[in-house]
Amino acid sequence: MWTWFYRLASPPNVYRVTGSLAPWFLTLAALAIGYGTIAGLVFAPPDYQQGDAFRIIYVHAPSAWLSLMSYTTMAVAGAIGLIWRIKVAHAVSAAVAPIGASFTLLALVTGSLWGRPMWGTYWAWDPRLTSELILLFLYFGVMSLRPAFEDPGRGDRAAALLGIVGVINVPIIHYSVLWWNSLHQGATVAKLGKPAIDSSMLWPLLSNFLGFMLFFGAVLCLRLRGEVLNRERQATWVREALKP
Amino acid sequence: MSIGPGEAFSLMLRRELALSFRRRDQLLQPLVFFLIVTTLFPLSLSVQLSLLREMAPGVLWVAALLASLLSLDALFKNDAEDGTLEQLALSGQGLTVLVMAKTLAHWLVSGAALVLVSPVVAEALAVPTEAFPVMMLSLALGTLTLSWLGAIGAGLTVGLKRGNVLLSLVVLPLAMPLLIFGAAATDRAISGTNPAGALYLLGALCVLTWTLAPFAVSAALRITLE
Repeated sequence: MWTWFYRLASPPNVYRVTGSLAPWFLTLAALAIGYGTIAGLVFAPPDYQQGDAFRIIYVHAPSAWLSLMSYTTMAVAGAIGLIWRIKVAHAVSAAVAPIGASFTLLALVTGSLWGRPMWGTYWAWDPRLTSELILLFLYFGVMSLRPAFEDPGRGDRAAALLGIVGVINVPIIHYSVLWWNSLHQGATVAKLGKPAIDSSMLWPLLSNFLGFMLFFGAVLCLRLRGEVLNRERQATWVREALKP
Repeated sequence: MSIGPGEAFSLMLRRELALSFRRRDQLLQPLVFFLIVTTLFPLSLSVQLSLLREMAPGVLWVAALLASLLSLDALFKNDAEDGTLEQLALSGQGLTVLVMAKTLAHWLVSGAALVLVSPVVAEALAVPTEAFPVMMLSLALGTLTLSWLGAIGAGLTVGLKRGNVLLSLVVLPLAMPLLIFGAAATDRAISGTNPAGALYLLGALCVLTWTLAPFAVSAALRITLE
């Protein structure tokens, strides 16, 4: 079983598989985001309280979700790399970090754009926003630690360890809504029982969640290809793969 | 000759303390830094006592955070440079135990000293005397936790030439929840409300780091030593 796994995780194989997966992810992501965004921005009724401003949820909520998912992916990939010494896992970890940081930034920007008409300010020191900002700083920490080492292997392992340590922050972000009374609205979708959102608003949102995750998968595949090529630039398979 | 982990711990602790007290200037620097930083706030903001009292928790905690960070840079540096760290890793004793002794020693000479000095600063910031016990307890728990977070950062950056800024970049985000709870506890004590909740959370973070961080630090050191 393990040999099968190691063969799957070998750099040439990863390069090949991600290359064939990326277009699928991209197509499906375009479909899901296309439906979600058009249905969300055009067909969904305006919120009775927030008017049209609520529509930013279709970008904000999926990016906030992905900012957390990327961090977890980064830490899990790093842990796999540390424990089983799989080189590709570190490449995944390195490829995810900038994507996660971008989603975090997107969540912060869309959140503050929403906050302007709703709270009357672009930035409020609300715990949820603050934790998201801390998450961005955590990404910056991991992203600047990795290249600081001259030996890439050590940089990988150090960044992986930092990612695992920082993962403690992810539940803190999640539960900050429960811990502190805050300006930020409570969970809308993930409540048990009937969601507190009408289905005409919910379906586009779920579609965008799915679409964003597929988009994440696509970008991860593309970035991972670049990362693997860069790391294996001395290998003969790279020369063969890149032969015109 | 082999010695048990308990003995290794106490030997290491005594060695670290002896070394620290031989370098008194390094011992005093973070404390002086703490005093100077807290002086900056009244100078730059206001000398109004009511305003100072309101800012005091934040000022005390930010200054404590920066002061501990300053002293953390040296935690493993000397030992890494003269090869002691490698010998410790090869000694057959668990690196986790040795790291615990080192970090505890570091806290005793930096964090505990800071806690003892804090009433002076608090008095200057117009913190009421009744709030001192809670403030000192929160700072004690906070700096204990911080020593561990910093030890992780110091372990990760010890092999780097310009690790100092990176250390802050790595440690400060991790320390932010600590700052929130610590300042909240001090703030509640000053305003006369019950600080128990924030203190419990500080205690929880302290226990969490003391149980998990030693493993992270020794893993970080092994990565650096490889």
